Amino acid sequence: MTEQVRLTVNGVPRDVEVEPRRLLVQTLREDLGLTGTHVGCDTSQCGACTVHLDGRAVKSCTVLAIQADGHVVTTIEGMAPDGGLHAIQAAFWAKHGLQCGFCTPGMIMSAADLLESNPDPTDDEIRHAIEGNICRCTGYHNIVAAIREAASTLRAGTDVPAAANA
Amino acid sequence: MIPAAFEYDRPTTVAEAVDILARNPGTAKVLAGGQSLLGLMRLRLARPERLVDIGGLAELRGIRALPDGGLAIGALVTYREVLDSALATSRVPLLAMAIADIGDVQVRNRGTVAGSIAHADPASDMPAVVLALEASLVVRSGSGERVVNATSFFEGAFVTDLAEDELLTEIRIPAQPTGVGMAYRHLEQPASGYSIVGAAAVVGRTGGSITTARIGVTGVADAAYRASAVEAALIGTDGGAAAIAAAAAHAAEGVAVGSDIHADAIYRAEMARVHVRRAIEAALGAAG
Ligand SMILES: Cc1cc2nc3c(=O)[nH]c(=O)nc-3n(C[C@H](O)[C@H](O)[C@H](O)COP(=O)(O)OP(=O)(O)OC[C@H]3O[C@@H](n4cnc5c(N)ncnc54)[C@H](O)[C@@H]3O)c2cc1C
Ligand code: FES
Ligand code: FES
Repeated sequence: MTEQVRLTVNGVPRDVEVEPRRLLVQTLREDLGLTGTHVGCDTSQCGACTVHLDGRAVKSCTVLAIQADGHVVTTIEGMAPDGGLHAIQAAFWAKHGLQCGFCTPGMIMSAADLLESNPDPTDDEIRHAIEGNICRCTGYHNIVAAIREAASTLRAGTDVPAAANA
Repeated sequence: MIPAAFEYDRPTTVAEAVDILARNPGTAKVLAGGQSLLGLMRLRLARPERLVDIGGLAELRGIRALPDGGLAIGALVTYREVLDSALATSRVPLLAMAIADIGDVQVRNRGTVAGSIAHADPASDMPAVVLALEASLVVRSGSGERVVNATSFFEGAFVTDLAEDELLTEIRIPAQPTGVGMAYRHLEQPASGYSIVGAAAVVGRTGGSITTARIGVTGVADAAYRASAVEAALIGTDGGAAAIAAAAAHAAEGVAVGSDIHADAIYRAEMARVHVRRAIEAALGAAG
């Protein structure tokens, strides 16, 4: 048995038919083709699937699509809708905050949740905020540097540097 | 990865929710934030036939100030909402002290305080906190409402006083005695963040001697408990380092101390004594 669900994904209303057991991450990836949201584990631990639900970072593997009915979802694809890079994406690039990139969408969504409520975090606060995101490559150092850099760009209110958008 | 199929209900009132529970005895499970339940269902450790999603119940939202100086936390209040609530953090600082370390941001954004209490994982943090605060739990079923003291709620690992047709609707925290200090200290399992042992303390002095001592302990036994032997030993003392250490020595008394891959019973009992001592010291340090 399926149910009709309406989500607003990256600003666009989307109607999907889902079985109640369908996970939000499956709907995003398989029904809506938004494969920027990754799946890295079976145990709600890796954070690769992190998206925003009503503006807050959540693990989309641990939310049913039907629970998001009527709610607003933002995925990595929605961070810079104009085809450019969001300041956090640009900072990950500039500061080498990724290697294989598997964890990166989730890292960026967690960073965005942090910077919304805390525009000037300390390194400790940054590390606490990405506790739910596992990276197998970087050793986290450059991820912290990237989030710090993004915070300062966003505080300055300046646009993303042109080079990063090239 | 994918849960087994189930029937799904999304009631819009508490009355409707408890009616669905009553009509599906033993087969329906409540779904709140899903941070414990969906994980179990994905691993097929749980296969409920029916989920009653309480996420739409406006009656269960929000944190209210109680007229006596206490606090009422609705069943849908997330950890994040508690951390963001000036009312909750100022009236009952112990909540934020424990919650800040629970899981990660994503889990705190979705997981509810009430869900953790209803789930009663022996390694979870909130049971120790509500015990030390002498909170009561408001429970609804088709036959009405009852209020249970936290001290008689936690019965075993994942077992509580809640019946299958009952919904936990609110956590009521009474005003705490004036001048008490509060603290939470725990030994975290480094990978999962769950508590190997956790100790919540609400402690206060009047005229140089300890008059309030409430200690909740989690992680040590099958169910969280009040360390009454510690409390009894601490009351009436001066609350100096020697008195605290002597009292904390009773931390694992009267319970069957658990043993698992993270900590055997001897180590766990010792860690209970250490963290109870630290929680009492920190609580007295914070006392007015
Ligand atoms: C990665 C991760 C890390 C975590 N780390 C910690 C940690 O460090 N410390 C810790 O304490 N916890 C931790 N947790 C557990 C977390 O605190 C709980 O999963 C969460 O609070 C449960 O609330 P929920 O709303 O998500 O409940 P759900 O998962 O929806 O429900 C849990 C159980 O409670 C029942 N239930 C829920 N609400 C009610 C209600 N109102 N009335 C009756 N029954 C109800 C459900 O039927 C179900 O059996 C972690 C979880 C994850 C995924
Ligand atoms: S896929 Fe790992 S937390 Fe969601
Ligand atoms: S960059 Fe490879 S997992 Fe983080």
